[in-house]
Amino acid sequence: MPLTLPTYPQPDARGRFGRFGGRYVPETLIPALDELEMAYAAAKTDPAFLNELDRLLREFVGRPSGLYLAQRLTEYAGGAKIYLKREDQNYTGAHKINNCLAQALLAVRMGKKRVIAETGAGQHGVASATAAALLGLSCVVYMGAEDIRRQALNVFRMKLLGAEVREVTSGTATLKDATNEAIRDWVTNVRDTFYILGSVVGPHPYPAMVRDFQAVIGEEVKVQHQALEGRPAPDAIVACVGGGSNAIGIFAPFAYLPEEERPLLIGTEAAGEGVDSGRHAASVAGGRIGVLHGAMMYLLNDDEGQIVPPHSVSAGLDYPGIGPEHCLYAQTGTAQYVPVTDAQALDALQLLTRLEGIIPALESAHAIHHAVELARTMRPDQTIVVNLSGRGDKDVAEVMRLLSLQDPAGETPGQLRSPEVLA
Amino acid sequence: MTTLAPTRGAARLHAAFEQARQEGRAAFIPYMTAGYPTAAGFPALAQTLLAHADILEVGIPYSDPLGDGPTIQRASEQALAGGTSTRHSLQLVAGLREHTDKPIVVMTYVNPIYAVGPREFMRLAQRAGVDGLILPDLPPDQDLEIADLAAEHGLAVTFLIAPTSTPARVALVAQACTGFLYAVSVTGVTGAREGAALGEVPAMLALAQQHARVPVAVGFGVKDAATARQVAEVADGVVVGSAFITAAANGQDVDALAASIRAGCVR
Repeated sequence: MPLTLPTYPQPDARGRFGRFGGRYVPETLIPALDELEMAYAAAKTDPAFLNELDRLLREFVGRPSGLYLAQRLTEYAGGAKIYLKREDQNYTGAHKINNCLAQALLAVRMGKKRVIAETGAGQHGVASATAAALLGLSCVVYMGAEDIRRQALNVFRMKLLGAEVREVTSGTATLKDATNEAIRDWVTNVRDTFYILGSVVGPHPYPAMVRDFQAVIGEEVKVQHQALEGRPAPDAIVACVGGGSNAIGIFAPFAYLPEEERPLLIGTEAAGEGVDSGRHAASVAGGRIGVLHGAMMYLLNDDEGQIVPPHSVSAGLDYPGIGPEHCLYAQTGTAQYVPVTDAQALDALQLLTRLEGIIPALESAHAIHHAVELARTMRPDQTIVVNLSGRGDKDVAEVMRLLSLQDPAGETPGQLRSPEVLA
Repeated sequence: MTTLAPTRGAARLHAAFEQARQEGRAAFIPYMTAGYPTAAGFPALAQTLLAHADILEVGIPYSDPLGDGPTIQRASEQALAGGTSTRHSLQLVAGLREHTDKPIVVMTYVNPIYAVGPREFMRLAQRAGVDGLILPDLPPDQDLEIADLAAEHGLAVTFLIAPTSTPARVALVAQACTGFLYAVSVTGVTGAREGAALGEVPAMLALAQQHARVPVAVGFGVKDAATARQVAEVADGVVVGSAFITAAANGQDVDALAASIRAGCVR
């Protein structure tokens, strides 16, 4: 079956998901965004582009990723069957590669020789560097100094792949500031540079384009769930949300179904030390409508419009906003967004590792936590699909540090807690 | 096509450009970040610039100024750390207004306007004596209500064009401006540059002047009398920002620099 890219009713012609989205950027970029929009529209229906993307997704990335019944986790929760959509099986270890390869192919098609990217946890940076190496493009990745500290291994991987990693020390020195720097680079070098944006954020057409490139996740779930359960849609889908690309990728193919056919869609936001603590990255639960990085969305910002620095144990969720399509889903009730704390995610990471032999990324652990809670409230004939957006290799050193802090008396880093205790 | 709103602010801005023109100059528009270097130190610095200015541009410090280079970003961070934010910036303008009749325009990213509330923001700006707004991350077709609310409160609006702008975009942006049109001289962010030259500016201005019903000012990268003179040859106004922040930060004589650049604005 040849690859097709989906068409959804949102955004509108002006790039708005309801009131969210849009193009709040310096005028310098508007022609580039117009050019990108046209190039993407043409590529989307061009068999040459689609065949090449399809080939790379299968042969280079290793798609389709598995839909795996987590039996021991299901037994542990004692309710609905919990399936894991194994985006951690992708080459480079996360869903990010789906989008990066597609955008890099588009860059080649547009005749651009240089790509730039921003990264938080480093997964998008590694995926961008990988795609650039594969396609012979020069690559610059912007990364906050704080994230460079937390994700030293990914920094080295990017450099090994031939990318230049530029340290960002302005602002909070995390993902939002890396994104500012990437946009500044693009404003300056817009004529010969393609910006590979890593999530469903930014100015139109990025939120729509990134969604379309990630929707392969949800489309595969339909086929796989049909084969395993005799129906295409699970009863619930849970995915973590920072900017929200893995979540949109698994939600969107179901989100526009009639309500009675639509699974319960739940995004888990990083609640950090708690939504009331002020140290979190939960933009729906703890934010208000604002504009950042070119789009209107739910945003952590104070009553004078200054962006409030987000916090999460996971560098990949440490973003003060959430993609405009998620904002529309939240506003219309198409999906629910629930906060999950750092501590809950750390526990869920250990739980999944012990029960299933899978070390998830800290991002994905947020979704695992809620899936277990949700499964308990559901029947054994019902199903939940959790998007396991990435693997945990990149987080192991940070997890080791955090567990040592939790339990400084332990001889090995962190007296790891048993599933019984974690319950 | 929108109609040219005959706001109080627009009239005052146009008069300032006209007076400069009659004196054989491009209008000199220095920029300073509100609350820089400190809230207490800002009024004196702003008044130093005002003494030479035809129009003063005051920037509202913002945490994520993606159209600005490192100089203005650092100034914003310093002003924010010192407690100057959106409402306070407008109070600082009100303080300047007690000492000057010259037009003052406020540069702000759009998020502070939304956070305060567009109507409330315009009300506060009007009360502070602001004449116009410069909106670096608001292409005019993104939010028509902002321009309408500004007009309702007597404020002119300025949008930006860039060397990358297509003729259609230049026409759209130029026609939306009621104060002046701001032409960005380079593809890039704000900041003084080595070897900044006119480059694509004349072609861009020729296009802009076909469509604009307001004066056209040029900014980004102008740092001294020599670069100001190049720009003044072709534009109605010259905007200079980062150079003053750098001078203030280094303890240089801002008064002398402003006098020199103003002299450079002579045609």
